[in-house]
Amino acid sequence: MMQQIPMPTKPYAKPLVEIRGLKTHFFTDDGLVKAVEGVDLDILPDRTLCLLGESGCGKSIMARSILRIVDAPGRITGGSILYHAADGRTVDLSRARAGSKELRSIRGSDIAMIFQEPMSSLGPIQKIGRQISETIRLHRDVTKAEAREEAIDMLARVGIPRPAERYEAYPFELSGGMRQRAMIAMALSCQPRLLIADEPTTALDVTTQAQILDLIAELKDEFKMAVMLITHDLGVVAEVADDVAVMYMGKIVEKSDVFGLFENPQHPYTRALLDSVPRIGVKARDRLPAVRGMVPHPLARPSGCTFRTRCDQFMPGICDMQEPQLQQRGKGEVACFLHDQEAGQ
Amino acid sequence: MTQAILQVKDLTVTFGTTKGGWFSKPRQGFVAVDAVSFDLNRGETFGVVGESGSGKTTLGRTILRVLDPSSGSIRFLPRDGGEIELATAPLDQLRQVWRKVRMIFQDPQASLNPRLRVIDLVGQALQKNEGLKGKALSDRVGTLLENVGLSREFLHRYPNAFSGGQRQRLGIARALSTSPELVVADEAVSALDVSIQAQTLNLLQDLQEEFALTFLFIAHDLAVVEHICDRVAVMYRGQFVEVASTETLFRVPQHPYTRALLDAVPVADPRQRGRKSGKSVAVDVGVPPKGCRFSTRCPHATDLCRQTRPPVRKVGGADVLCHYAGEI
Repeated sequence: MMQQIPMPTKPYAKPLVEIRGLKTHFFTDDGLVKAVEGVDLDILPDRTLCLLGESGCGKSIMARSILRIVDAPGRITGGSILYHAADGRTVDLSRARAGSKELRSIRGSDIAMIFQEPMSSLGPIQKIGRQISETIRLHRDVTKAEAREEAIDMLARVGIPRPAERYEAYPFELSGGMRQRAMIAMALSCQPRLLIADEPTTALDVTTQAQILDLIAELKDEFKMAVMLITHDLGVVAEVADDVAVMYMGKIVEKSDVFGLFENPQHPYTRALLDSVPRIGVKARDRLPAVRGMVPHPLARPSGCTFRTRCDQFMPGICDMQEPQLQQRGKGEVACFLHDQEAGQ
Repeated sequence: MTQAILQVKDLTVTFGTTKGGWFSKPRQGFVAVDAVSFDLNRGETFGVVGESGSGKTTLGRTILRVLDPSSGSIRFLPRDGGEIELATAPLDQLRQVWRKVRMIFQDPQASLNPRLRVIDLVGQALQKNEGLKGKALSDRVGTLLENVGLSREFLHRYPNAFSGGQRQRLGIARALSTSPELVVADEAVSALDVSIQAQTLNLLQDLQEEFALTFLFIAHDLAVVEHICDRVAVMYRGQFVEVASTETLFRVPQHPYTRALLDAVPVADPRQRGRKSGKSVAVDVGVPPKGCRFSTRCPHATDLCRQTRPPVRKVGGADVLCHYAGEI
């Protein structure tokens, strides 16, 4: 059944995380890869923010920058990531010393993350339950027995049947969906204020994907947390997002609430993406309007607007001369000169 | 008049079955493909959809005899007449068949030898089969590259110089090099980004028209399958639970599993949210039941379903493997 979702009223709550001018660069042997190149983004409490983009656009690196788990040769080279803690402190995560107590107390406890491939994020030779209770004991002062109780309780809450039995299971004994549930249980065991989910359902079957997305939405309400979900799948975005940020070559090209984005996409890239997905029930067998060309090599970033090489509305002398900045347009923000032109006329 | 290119009858593939010997008991293994029958018509695109572990890849590989079937028959009817029983064909005959039946793989990274240049990679079959070399070879491979939308200049590059989408094009060019009649595409666009996926789907459609290809299109993405296929089979735990024309299947899905699958696909429209499924709980799938394999997850399952294997019933143009097809 179709169901009208009321338009979310925008309570401008104080953001949980404020990202300003973030730059994360990779110093590779072949040259400098600007994976994240000047991102401004607010993560608001109680809302689901989807970061949408194709592979290599920098969406994962951006998320990993928040938790400071970017691998070498990558490094945050500019900007700030301000985290407003529950006790009123404000921490600049981009400047916190790697491995510092401050950073470790936030990571896993205030901000937790789940990954695409649960098998590679869960330890293969430790029982599921032990991995969860270890996390609990790391951040909170509880006894082993209490941690065990809580871990079993968490497993039950993420919908794993026979949780006490599964506490003793190794990751390889569980199915993909069940593993992803176990990882969610682990991430939520310390009741984080922000859950970052990096392609959490990409490796799963559609039926399992639907269950996991439902689960994340349920738990978000239950734990009153913000969710930042990274995905390349427009269907997933439409299903779960409140707000959406579209990324292309390390920059956010469009920000909007989800309804605005799907009804009235502003950036040519967003429009092209929306057009190029095959949809069930929509005129099958016609040719898909594909985005032409491909993403430029990261070492050969085009001058000006990075999307100009694939853009049908490329304006010579404008798009290749300057980088467009995010500007308010309707309810969202878009980084494209097209709108300046329209406004100017 | 449709003409079959492949007729598959009661194809069964099991893994890990042992006959039993002096020291071991006979053991019935895991049935990956369970008595699957279908006809593939010349020039059509036949889709096989299913979740991971449903047996769709095993089916594709068995048709190419990369895997051996346990029983059943696979009759291949090539254009130049004759008929070959692939299920029992000896290796030298299969070598002939492998020119006419080709495969495109999911992972363009893993399926291209990183140490071969494009000319050897794409032209390998031409070198081996037709003894082409020198200018003749580079001309032919160059033309193949152009067919798939790549430049002739790429002849002497290695696969690592290409992006994922381009590599998939190389895989397609390689498949086309022997002028095949049937192409088995196993998740050919799954690893690609949406913008590249759209380009690749368009390319496959163009090539099908140009070279009169028949596709067996194996995929898990229902939207992609609906877009490209003429007919679709839905596979669940080794069986085809529903086979119908694409239009019929997506408009009036008959099997409860097909419906569950279609319901689960996220719709790229936030206004259509809220097909709420209640509290999310993982399903213990466990050992396949004696009767209908879907009965452990089916909301309509009765004792009949749990005890007896369902027959194939024809309902509204679809072949449905369900006791209650047309009634629920």
